[in-house]
Amino acid sequence: MNLALRLASIALLLVLWFAGSQFAGPRLLPGPQAVGLAILAEARSGALAFNLGITLLRVAVSFSIAMALGSVIGLVMGRVQLADRIGDPWLVLLLNLPALVIIVLAYIWAGLTETAALAAVVLNKLPLATVTVREGVRALDRNLDEMAAVFRMSPWKRLRHVVLPQLAPYLSAAARSGLSLVWKIVLIVELLGRPNGVGFEIGVAFQLFDVTRILAYALAFVAVMLGIETFLMQPFERYVSRWRPRTA
Amino acid sequence: MSRVGDPERLEVHIKRKAYRSAAGGRLEVLGEFSIAVANGEVGALVGPSGCGKTTLLRIIVGLDSDFEGTVQLPAHGRLGIVFQEPRLLPWRSVEENVRLAAPQASDASLNALFATLGLAEHRRHYPGELSLGLARRVALARAFAVEPELLVLDEPFVSLDAELAARLRAELAELVARGPVTTLLVSHNVDEVIGLADRVFLLSGNPARVLADVPIQNPRSTRTADEVALIRNELSRKAAAVSS
Repeated sequence: MNLALRLASIALLLVLWFAGSQFAGPRLLPGPQAVGLAILAEARSGALAFNLGITLLRVAVSFSIAMALGSVIGLVMGRVQLADRIGDPWLVLLLNLPALVIIVLAYIWAGLTETAALAAVVLNKLPLATVTVREGVRALDRNLDEMAAVFRMSPWKRLRHVVLPQLAPYLSAAARSGLSLVWKIVLIVELLGRPNGVGFEIGVAFQLFDVTRILAYALAFVAVMLGIETFLMQPFERYVSRWRPRTA
Repeated sequence: MSRVGDPERLEVHIKRKAYRSAAGGRLEVLGEFSIAVANGEVGALVGPSGCGKTTLLRIIVGLDSDFEGTVQLPAHGRLGIVFQEPRLLPWRSVEENVRLAAPQASDASLNALFATLGLAEHRRHYPGELSLGLARRVALARAFAVEPELLVLDEPFVSLDAELAARLRAELAELVARGPVTTLLVSHNVDEVIGLADRVFLLSGNPARVLADVPIQNPRSTRTADEVALIRNELSRKAAAVSS
C-alpha cells in the first residue's frame, strides 16, 4: 500500500513533467525521455560516474570533517560554560555569514584549490552541527550522569553508553539536514572554482544553455543521495533507536 | 564492637550543609550530624520526608562536595547505590545495565543474582519494557553485582504496593545477609526498616540532626512478630521523648 502510493506519486510527477515539457518546449524543459537518454549517454561515456564520484567524495570528506568537528565543539560548548560564552558569538557569526561569502573568501585567500573548496563547505556546515549537538548536550539527563559517576564508569564507557545514546537523535538530525546542505554547497563550490564534478558540469551546461544536461546531472545526483538516505541513514537510525518500545 | 577509627566502618561527621535558596537566603539542611555504621551492619536513617536524607546520601557517595565535615568510606570505598528512581540506561538491556556498572562480575555470580531477584527471564529486555517493580529489582541487581563495600539505598521501595515491597525487602535481606555488606538504608517508613536494620538513626526535621541511635540486638533472621512490635514501640517512644 505504502509502496503503491509512493510509485503513484512519482508517476504523477512524471506526467506533470511531461505535460510541462509539451507546454514549454524541449529547449526550456526537455521531457523525461530526453533527460533519461542524456543520463544514459553520459553514463556510457564514463563522464557521469567520474563526476558523480568526485562530487560524492567531496561531500563525504567535508561532511565527515564537519560532523566530527561540530560534534566535539558542540560537546565542549554544552558542557563547559566558559567555552560556550567564548564560542557563541563566533557561532552566530558563522551561522549568519552567507555560504557564498565563505566560498568566495576561501578561494581568494587559499587559491582555487581542493583544500579551499573543502574548507568552505566544512565552515558552512560546522555551525549547524555544533548548535544541534550543543542543544543535545544541554538536554542530557543528569540523573544518569550521577549514576555513572557513583558506579565509577570510565570516561570512555560514559561517552559510549551514557552520553552518545542520548545524543543519537540530535546527531542524526544534524546528519540528515547536514547531508542535504553539504551536497548543495559542494555543487556551488564546484561551479565557482573546480575543474570537475557535478557542479562544474552544470556550470558548463548553463553556459551552453543545455537544460537537458543540467537536469540529467541533477537527477542522477539526487538519486545517489536518495540511495544514501534509504540504505545508510534510515537503517542507522533504526539501529540506534531499537530500544524504544514500539506500539504493537 | 568496632573501634573508633576502624577503617572498615562508615563514619560521617557533618558540621553544616546549607543550600542557597532561590530567594537569596540560606537553607540549612544538615547541622552537627554524626553517624557511624560498623562493617557488615545495616544502618537505617528514618525521618520525615524532606529532612535532608537524600542530601546526606549524596554527600556520602561523593555527588555533593559542598559541605563542612568529613566522610570516611569503608576500606576501598567500592559503592553500590539504589536511587529513589531506578536510573537505568533505557538503551541498554537489563543485563548490559548490570554489566556496565559491574564489569568484573562473573557469569556465575550474575546468574545467581538474577535468579534471586527473579530477573532471569528479563535479562535481554530493555528497561522501557519493564514494570516499575522489575526496574527497581534491576537497580538492586546492579548495586549488588558491584560487590560493594558500602551499599546505599535511597527509599528503594517507595511507590510500590505493600505486597511487592515486602517481597523485595525479603530479597534484599537475603542478599545483605549473604554479603555481608555495610549498608545504609534511607526511609521515612519505620516498618520498612525494622525488618532489615541492625541500627536505626532517628532523624529530626530541618535541619536534620540525629535524635536517637538505636541498635537492634537480635539478628534479622530470628526476629519474631512480637519482637518487631517491641522495637517499633521503643522507636516511637524514643522519638517522642527526644522531640518533647
